[in-house]
Amino acid sequence: MSFDNAYEAIAEAHPEGDARWAFGTGFEDPLSGVDTTVPDGIDRADLASYCLMLGDDALVLAQRLTEWVTRAHELEDEVALANIALDLLGQARMLLARAGTVDGSGRDEDALAHFRPEDEFRNVRLVELPRGDFGRTVAALLVFSTWRLALLNRLTGSADPVLAAVAAKAVKEVAYHRDYAARWAVRLGDGTEYSAERLHAGFADVLPFAEELFTPHAVEHRLERDGVAVDPAALRREFDEVLDQVCARAAATRPEVTPVGTLAGRAGRDGIHTEHFGYLLAEMQSLARSDPEATW
Amino acid sequence: MSTEEATVTAERELQGHFEDKIARDQRVEPRDWMPSGYRETLVRQIAQHAHSEIIGMQPEGNWLTRAPSLRRKAILLAKVQDEAGHGLYLYSAAETLGVDRSELTGKLVSGRQKYSSIFNYPTLTFADIGVIGWLVDGAAIVNQVPLCRASYGPYARAMIRICKEESFHQRQGYELLMTMMSGTAKQRAMVQDATDRWWWPSLMMFGPPDGDSPNTRQSMEWGIKRHTNDELRQKFVDMTVPQAEALGVSLPDSGLVWNSERGHYDFSEPDWAEFRRVLKGGGPCNTQRVERRRSAHEDGAWVREAAAAHAAKQAARGEAAV
Repeated sequence: MSFDNAYEAIAEAHPEGDARWAFGTGFEDPLSGVDTTVPDGIDRADLASYCLMLGDDALVLAQRLTEWVTRAHELEDEVALANIALDLLGQARMLLARAGTVDGSGRDEDALAHFRPEDEFRNVRLVELPRGDFGRTVAALLVFSTWRLALLNRLTGSADPVLAAVAAKAVKEVAYHRDYAARWAVRLGDGTEYSAERLHAGFADVLPFAEELFTPHAVEHRLERDGVAVDPAALRREFDEVLDQVCARAAATRPEVTPVGTLAGRAGRDGIHTEHFGYLLAEMQSLARSDPEATW
Repeated sequence: MSTEEATVTAERELQGHFEDKIARDQRVEPRDWMPSGYRETLVRQIAQHAHSEIIGMQPEGNWLTRAPSLRRKAILLAKVQDEAGHGLYLYSAAETLGVDRSELTGKLVSGRQKYSSIFNYPTLTFADIGVIGWLVDGAAIVNQVPLCRASYGPYARAMIRICKEESFHQRQGYELLMTMMSGTAKQRAMVQDATDRWWWPSLMMFGPPDGDSPNTRQSMEWGIKRHTNDELRQKFVDMTVPQAEALGVSLPDSGLVWNSERGHYDFSEPDWAEFRRVLKGGGPCNTQRVERRRSAHEDGAWVREAAAAHAAKQAARGEAAV
C-alpha cells in the first residue's frame, strides 16, 4: 500500500451508476445454488411462520448479545460475543428473507425486522430476556445454543431445500456458540464461589423459559408431518444430556425451576412476549421507522 | 578500562549499531538493543493507538442496536469487532516492548494514558457512522499508512494488517453516505450535518501544527514518524475534497480553495483552542467514554477472577486448559 493511494478505490466510477458496493461480511449470497422453489405439498403460510420462528429467535438474541459490545470483561470476549451475534444475524437474515418470499407478501428482511409489531414476532421468550450479568448471558446462551444445535442438526434433512441449506451452514456456527458458552459455564462454575453463584442465578433466571423451547406449536406439528420441521419435543433428551454434562464439569447443579406461565397456552411462538420485548423492539426499529421512505 | 568505562563503551557501540540500522531503514526487533527514549516513545504511541481503537468502538457501538437495516447492522458489528481486534494486535505489539496489557488498560481507565480525541465527540445520527468511516477512518489511514514503514518491526507489521482493514471500513462508510445521498431529503440533510460536525475534529486528528509539535523531530529521526502533522493534514485535505464533491456535500470551510501555485488546497486553521480543550478532558464525551471502559473493566473483574481461579484449580489437578 503506497502512501499516495490509500483513497484510490473510493472515487471510482460505479458500473451502471450503481453506488451500492458490496464490501464486508455476508455479501455473497449464502444460498446461491440452492433451489428456492417451495416443494409441492408444503403449506406456504406454515413454512413462512416456521422461518419466522427460527429467524426471530436468532434476530432477537443477536440484538441482546450486541448489547455486550463495549461492556464485556475482556476484549477477547467482546470479540467472541460480537461474532456470535453476527452469526445469528446472518441466520436471521436468510430465514426472514425466506419467510417474506414464501408467504407471498414480498416483504424483505428489513420490512420483517423493522416494521412488524411486537405481536407478529414469533421468537421464544428466552431470547428477549434482558442480558443481565455475564453469568446470565452464559446460562442463556448455553440453553439456547444447546437446543438450537440439536434442532439444526435434524433440520439439515428438511424437505425444504432452503431450510436444509440454512441449517447446514448454521450447524457449524452454533456448535461454536455452544462450545463457547459451555467453556464459560465450566470456568464460572469451577472458578470462585461468587462466579458459581452467578452461574447458578443465571440458570435460575433462564431455565423457567426453557420449557417453551420444547413445546410444539401447531405449525411445527403440521410441518413435522411433511418432513419440513423438527418436533421440538424430540430435542429434550439431547438437551438434558448436554446440560447435565456441562453442569457436571462445572460442578454446578441445575436449579429446580417451575416453568414460567403462558397466556392460556399461548407464548412467544404465538406472539405473546415478555414486558421486556417492547423496549427491545422500540430501540431496534426506531430509526428505520423514523423515515420509512429512506434507503440505507 | 574500569567496569563503568566498559559499560559506556558497550552502550556507545550499541547506540551506533542502532543508529546505523535506522539510517539503513532496517527494522528494529524486540530483542535488539534500543535507546530507552525510543522504547518509551513507542510504548506511549502504540498504547495510545490501541486505546483509540478500543474507545473508538463506543461512538459506533452507539448505533449497533438501532442500525436501520440488518445489512448495516452486520457491517457495523463486523467493523466494531475489527476495532477490538486492532486493539488486541496493538496491545500485543506494545507487550513486545516489555509492558503488560493489564497495566496499559489500568492507565486508560484511570485517565493516565490518552486516546485520539476524535472519539470524544458524540454520534448523533446514523449518518455519523458513514462520516466516521469516510473522514475519521480516512484520516486514520493517512496517518497510519506511513506507519507500515515504521522502524519498529512489530508495530509496522501490526499497521499493515490494520491499514488493510481500515481501508475496507472507509469504503463501507463512504458507500453508506452515497446510498443516503441518493435517498430522501432528510437523509441528505443528515449527511451534510454529520460532515459539518466531523470535518474539523478530523483535521485535528493529525495533531497540532508542526510548530507546536515538540516530539515530531525526534520521532522522525527514529524512523517512527515519516511525515509531519501538517504534511499529513494537507494530504488528507487534498484527497478528501474530490470525495466530498463526488458525494455532493460541502465542507464547512469558506477558506477552502485550490491553490494552483502550491498544487494543493488552501484551508483554514482548525480551532486549536478546542483541540487543547478536548485533549484536556473538556470534550462532549470524555468522561462518558472512559467511564464506560472503566465500568466494563470493573464489573467484569469477577469473571476474570473466575477464569484465573479455574485455571489454577485445573493446573493443580493436572488437567489441560478448557
